[in-house]
Amino acid sequence: MVTSVFFYLFATILILSALRVITAKNPVHAVLFLVLTFVTSSCLWLMLNVEFLALSLILVYVGAVMVLFLFVVMMLDIDTETIRSGFWKNFPLALLLGLVILTEMVIVLVTKPIVITGSISPVDPSVSNGVELGWLMYTQYSYPVELASMVLLLGLVVAVALTLRKTNKNGKYQNISKQVNTESKDRVKMVKMKPVIAKSIAVEEGDSK
Amino acid sequence: MIGINHYLILSAILFAISVMGIFLNRKNIIVVLMSIELMLLAVNFNFITFSSFLHNLAGQIFVFFTLTVAAAEAAIGLAILIVLFRNLRSINVQDMDSLKG
Repeated sequence: MVTSVFFYLFATILILSALRVITAKNPVHAVLFLVLTFVTSSCLWLMLNVEFLALSLILVYVGAVMVLFLFVVMMLDIDTETIRSGFWKNFPLALLLGLVILTEMVIVLVTKPIVITGSISPVDPSVSNGVELGWLMYTQYSYPVELASMVLLLGLVVAVALTLRKTNKNGKYQNISKQVNTESKDRVKMVKMKPVIAKSIAVEEGDSK
Repeated sequence: MIGINHYLILSAILFAISVMGIFLNRKNIIVVLMSIELMLLAVNFNFITFSSFLHNLAGQIFVFFTLTVAAAEAAIGLAILIVLFRNLRSINVQDMDSLKG
């Protein structure tokens, strides 16, 4: 009973805040409502006994990704009026499409409900969800976990490489067009020098003659 | 009693909202990126629901990887957005027509 009340409470907050994300005039408000959406869905994940992912959702999304979004939104000077100009023109199409997608999914779920009688309680209550996931992650899925770390490294390198300012005097950059347009005479400098023969060689040559 | 279908319908609603968001804010690339994040959240919700009700941890592992890829995607997307804003002075999708697409 209490579970139902909490489920409906969180579900209502989730849907309303998601709606505010897509309708908010100010992008900063949209980001803040997205934070609310993530926190609420993290609460719902906790109700499903998925503690590790619920907490990492808050850490990764709210703590990192959303803060990044907030920084970017606040840094850019956005003209909200021109950017929202097509909002009401697109509204009927968007509503139609959203309703079609929703009704299709709900029809599938209602006409043939998935019957899973099992409860959501964990299999082994003495072991926490994080321990169970950790066992899997570092044994069976260790190779994919390392690949995921490479993806994160890639994201780091790409983000830095893209946003590095070229005006910085201390940075070391390639000037691609200069590299492409270079010619051999820029690279190789011919120097005239007097031939110098080392004495030992000269003596050897004299001996052979 | 809250069953699996409640959670699945909730994630379907979330997915439909995010599709609507992409259509409504076609010009604002930031809200489009946020709608993609919402979409990923809806998909993760399905994974978590099935994983929890079927007692199979593979779904949760997959959500972990999805979170990783989504974080990298958001970082790269925002970096591209900043470079774009530096060059165009706007984030309007319709100004991005230098490839004549």
